[in-house]
Amino acid sequence: MQPRDVDESFLALPLSALAEAALTRAVDLGCEHADLRVERIRTQSLNLRDARLESLADGEDLGLAVRVVHEGTWGFAAGVVLTAAEAVRLAEQAVAVAQVSAALVTDRVELAPEPPHEGAWVSSYDVDPFEVPDADKTALLTEWSERLLAADGVEHVTSGCMHVKEQKFYADTSGTRTRQQRVRIAPEFTALTVDRATGAFESMRTIAPPVGRGWEYLTDGRYDWAAELAEIPGLLREKTKAPSVEPGRHDLVVDPSNLWLTIHESVGHATELDRALGYEAAYAGTSFATPDGLGSLRYGSELMHVTGDRTAEHGLSTIGWDDEGVEAQRWDIVRDGVLVGYQVDRNTARMGGMDRSNGCAFADSPRHVPVQRMANVSLQPADDGPDLDGLIGGVERGIYVVGDKSWSIDMQRYNFQFTGQRFYRIEGGRLAGQLRDVAYQATTTDFWGSMRAVGGPSTYRLGGAFNCGKAQPGQVAPVSHGCPAALFEGVTILNTVQEGGR
Amino acid sequence: MSRLSAQELVEQALAASTADGCVAYVVESTEANLRWASNSLTTNGAMRSRQVVVVSFVDGGAGMATGTVARTGTPDVAELVAASEQAARDAGPAEDAVPLVSEAPAGAGDWDADPAETSIEVFTEFAPALGEAFGAARSRGDLLFGYAEHSLTTTYVGTSTGLRLRHDQPTGRVELNGKSTDFSRSVWAGVGTRDFRDVSVPDLAADVERKLGWAQRRVDLPAGRYETVLPPSAVSDLMLYAYWTMEARDADEGRNVFARAGGGNRIGDRLAQLPLTLRSDPHAPGLEAAPFQVVSASSGSASVFDNGMATPAVDWIRDGVLTNLVRPRAWALKTTAPAVAAVDNLVLEAPEATASLDDMVGATDRGLLLTTLWYIREVDPQTLLLTGLTRDGVFLVEGGEVTGAVNNFRWNESPVDLLGRISEAGRTERTLPREWNDWFTRAAMPPVRVPDFNMSSVSPAS
Repeated sequence: MQPRDVDESFLALPLSALAEAALTRAVDLGCEHADLRVERIRTQSLNLRDARLESLADGEDLGLAVRVVHEGTWGFAAGVVLTAAEAVRLAEQAVAVAQVSAALVTDRVELAPEPPHEGAWVSSYDVDPFEVPDADKTALLTEWSERLLAADGVEHVTSGCMHVKEQKFYADTSGTRTRQQRVRIAPEFTALTVDRATGAFESMRTIAPPVGRGWEYLTDGRYDWAAELAEIPGLLREKTKAPSVEPGRHDLVVDPSNLWLTIHESVGHATELDRALGYEAAYAGTSFATPDGLGSLRYGSELMHVTGDRTAEHGLSTIGWDDEGVEAQRWDIVRDGVLVGYQVDRNTARMGGMDRSNGCAFADSPRHVPVQRMANVSLQPADDGPDLDGLIGGVERGIYVVGDKSWSIDMQRYNFQFTGQRFYRIEGGRLAGQLRDVAYQATTTDFWGSMRAVGGPSTYRLGGAFNCGKAQPGQVAPVSHGCPAALFEGVTILNTVQEGGR
Repeated sequence: MSRLSAQELVEQALAASTADGCVAYVVESTEANLRWASNSLTTNGAMRSRQVVVVSFVDGGAGMATGTVARTGTPDVAELVAASEQAARDAGPAEDAVPLVSEAPAGAGDWDADPAETSIEVFTEFAPALGEAFGAARSRGDLLFGYAEHSLTTTYVGTSTGLRLRHDQPTGRVELNGKSTDFSRSVWAGVGTRDFRDVSVPDLAADVERKLGWAQRRVDLPAGRYETVLPPSAVSDLMLYAYWTMEARDADEGRNVFARAGGGNRIGDRLAQLPLTLRSDPHAPGLEAAPFQVVSASSGSASVFDNGMATPAVDWIRDGVLTNLVRPRAWALKTTAPAVAAVDNLVLEAPEATASLDDMVGATDRGLLLTTLWYIREVDPQTLLLTGLTRDGVFLVEGGEVTGAVNNFRWNESPVDLLGRISEAGRTERTLPREWNDWFTRAAMPPVRVPDFNMSSVSPAS
């Protein structure tokens, strides 16, 4: 792959002039810190219903924002007109907002220091999806959808692809000037079968994760789309005929295609320091993993090693520098089953007594203020751990879980409930057909404490999502989670039909 | 710098169009917000934005195709129109193709007037009142968290069929969360508003203080089915999920909870034993919403061909019976059923109900009183089984009095199933959906009683 720079069309915007105008004005007004972001976010969504294009929507969000710390208080203002005069106006407005707020503020904002950085960073992809003609993209999605729709038992197919190109310029009063570009893509295919007579319907979706790659994700063969699309109709037919699960406690082998989301909810969000300190208390919630447990809280079994990073190739949270000019890093969050780290931004780093932010500030649009958002939080495989067959082979009676579907967790990240795309009975160390109506429910530390085996590097996969929500006003962030398959003992399994009172 | 007005952008786009049809719209938006935690403001902001959207319709011979392109700011209109026409040419014929709407809906608005705006000044009276509430909480040893937001969007829609429509949409919300300093007790109050003039911080703070008082006594209860009184906010979050699932096409195709076994949909089926009515009305007092459709991308529940279509008041459930489902014009034609558009508000009513939430608590011998629901997700689309948590106040009611605060629960319930089990509904009032207020704030709901709400497991969260 060619090393590349940010697109010329973005660099041609008056970035330096906007930065000088806004930052000079902010300093003149007495700000102890000011930063300017210029962002252009291109988003395209193609949606197909039964192999026909239902919608093709192409959006571009271009704007700028000024954030200041003025006499210890935040101020923020955002606009869409890219002129020096507007940048000055936004700096003045941000200071005015800080002044209005000052009377109601008791905590003084202090930022952990970060050395100045200057440079460009572009994510790892080959083919910019916005350079591929729409007709080609639609044709590929249509052909694959038709293939699914033609299969025995498939009555409907819902499919689509969303891709994003995000370009950012960041400048602050410490001298940092960075420009970045990243690309991500999320293709999805769902087959649905309907039994007209009984009114029963059932679906199955591809487990291919969204990734920080370009259009080549669909074409270069590194992900075997053909194989996955070919097996879905048969798997769906089997699912409709599968027996309903017996609720109770079961040993679970959880595939990385499902486990990534459990990590996201029960470890990722729980180890955000702003949550643990109460800054999300009224909305996203707090965390059971409070700072007094740092270095001592038993999060899970000794096999549990979780890292945070903003550096993994193709990771959705991967960057060069965050939205406060902090360089991308990698660090431990849980080591040998014990809580050892948090995800922070520059303000919460200071509150947590840390010398430096680990670079988790992110704003999802030029209109929004950066907040602490999730790094790629990943469960590390065991170097000498078993492969998938080895993990399943170690289970006498249990359930193997594949693919994510429904998810829900409480506001302190204790009690969760997940479903999946498919569940298999394990008998005598072998898969013995699918089960229906399965959900697993647990408390975070019980679940991770029950982890008895962690798969080896051969089972490690990157999962993820585009739409992680947090903060008010609401922001969405893309994030990946790597993990191996793993074995959990004695997890509570619900029968969802019985839960519905039937 | 000269800045083109929204109306000029719409006219330029329509004039530049070489397609067989064109819809252009501009959304001017301003927003201000305040956020606070532990009796201190945290983040804040004042935002201004403008989105320009062009939908082109091109007949490639086999049928009409469409493409949508959106940009922020003041984009090059010619480029935007060309891009959307290219997108339409690249797309195959649309399944939802019908002639564009040409009849102007009632309440088309003042096309020529400037956009309505808000600013941080909307909080001029709110902010000092909030400061006083912080002070009072501090002196009691309580902590306040929360968020206030006000936005104004003005949408100008023009079509090649001659429509020129404008709608101003004010949207506001306040959430106030009170906690004890150890976070073990947590309660909530919230309201939706159009202009903040009707928001009383003292009332919200008093509600929070009262519930924190109730939580002084803690009672641990196990999972199980409980007689439960749900306040309007909790009802709204459940009913909204049912509303968002009311797609006629999905039902007709046998793939949602409103599908009928053997084919067709369940319109005409009794869903509620009580004569409840679930309805939307763009002119509902205090909940006013756009009286016409604005659609950027087609789906099973909306069509770009229906841009500008009137969205009159509609009953989804009338006297307990499913009456309407959301149906774009194309699907209506295909199924010889009426076209019905979704409206951005939702009201549930029981005729002649007068009981307040307090009255219903007073009439409860032993049961649970909830405050809000949280993290609601679909578990089984067949029954619309949802899961979620109780949040910020589960109270034990004994002998008509609140006697303490109970641990939180994870619940598994279907709103459609619940409709059939509601044994009492009170007086409808404006409420703020706790779970969904990022997307939906205009709701009015009654408190309801459910004899056997399914609390699936205990959540240790507070």
